[in-house]
Amino acid sequence: MTMASAESYIAQSPDIACSTLGDDTIIMSTLDSTVFLLNQVGTAIWKAADGATSLARIVQEKVCTEFEVPEAQALADAEEFVAELAEHGILAVSPEPVPLKEVR
Amino acid sequence: MVIEIGGLPIEVQTTDAGFARLLEGRYGGFVTPDAKPEFALRVELRPPEGFDADADAEVWLEGGEWRMQRGDFRACWNPAERQGEVFQSANPYAIDSVLRIVHTLMLAPEGGFLLHASSAVRNGKAFLFSGVSEAGKTTMARLAPEDVTLLTDEASYVRKVDGSYFAYGTPFAGELGEPGKNVCAPIAALYLLRKAPENRIDPIDAAEAVRRLLRNILFFAHQAEPVRQVFQSACAFVAAVPVYELSFFPDPRVWDLIG
Repeated sequence: MTMASAESYIAQSPDIACSTLGDDTIIMSTLDSTVFLLNQVGTAIWKAADGATSLARIVQEKVCTEFEVPEAQALADAEEFVAELAEHGILAVSPEPVPLKEVR
Repeated sequence: MVIEIGGLPIEVQTTDAGFARLLEGRYGGFVTPDAKPEFALRVELRPPEGFDADADAEVWLEGGEWRMQRGDFRACWNPAERQGEVFQSANPYAIDSVLRIVHTLMLAPEGGFLLHASSAVRNGKAFLFSGVSEAGKTTMARLAPEDVTLLTDEASYVRKVDGSYFAYGTPFAGELGEPGKNVCAPIAALYLLRKAPENRIDPIDAAEAVRRLLRNILFFAHQAEPVRQVFQSACAFVAAVPVYELSFFPDPRVWDLIG
């Protein structure tokens, strides 16, 4: 299992196809055809996964403020969410900021 | 002989008279001698060697040509030259699989697909009933009243023509064991099947519809570009065609809700 922490930087993988439909986002891995359906919170994290913003900052700025979730709970949920997507190659997780050209 | 499925006539060439008769019997309503073939598939009855007879079909792109193989066939398809070759044993299942694969490859760039679904035409409109195995695809076909024209009980053929979606009949039969009628109609709705104690139609949100549609689209080529094409096709289809969940009790009354 890929580990993600508050200090991790996350970036969208190029090996996906995705579409936002209403409030949700649907993502398909082109590596193993796995399909993920993201709710509003997942969509917010996904959209902010630019490789330059830490997961902690994404949670603070995009999750806690917009969805009124306690930070500790939001961060724990986000780490689990990121780890699952990373497991299928949908998100890249790095301890350092990821240059954009490396992921897209 | 020319076998026209989904409005795409393919000339299937074989020198074996017995195999030709077998094809005529299997694809009866889809053999169209007067159609001008747009594609050609040469079949040689030479069983491949060294393959696992129980292996799943593999499909991959190599040098601009699609290659496909299974225990009972090996084939190639050149989309630019609109032709291909099949080496297979003298059984109808091999050519049937090759035709399914070739049609999915031809449909993908234009936004169409083959779908695990039964489909039928009523009052000039096509309705698709999709689901995993045992969901009720063949049951819906069996329960259809007399005014309904069956397109297939197994693999529905979806084409996007001038921005609209059409369902075509296919010879690809499931448990019903009968080919569909070789006709087409604009698609009015896709129903995702669920057996239940009562008949009911419920709306389904778009993202969930795409997820469940993707689960039932037949695609064999697991390379990035065709996977993206299938994904985009599913999203575009859901944006254009109403998708519902159809909970149904398996008796003819379910058809009171359709059409």
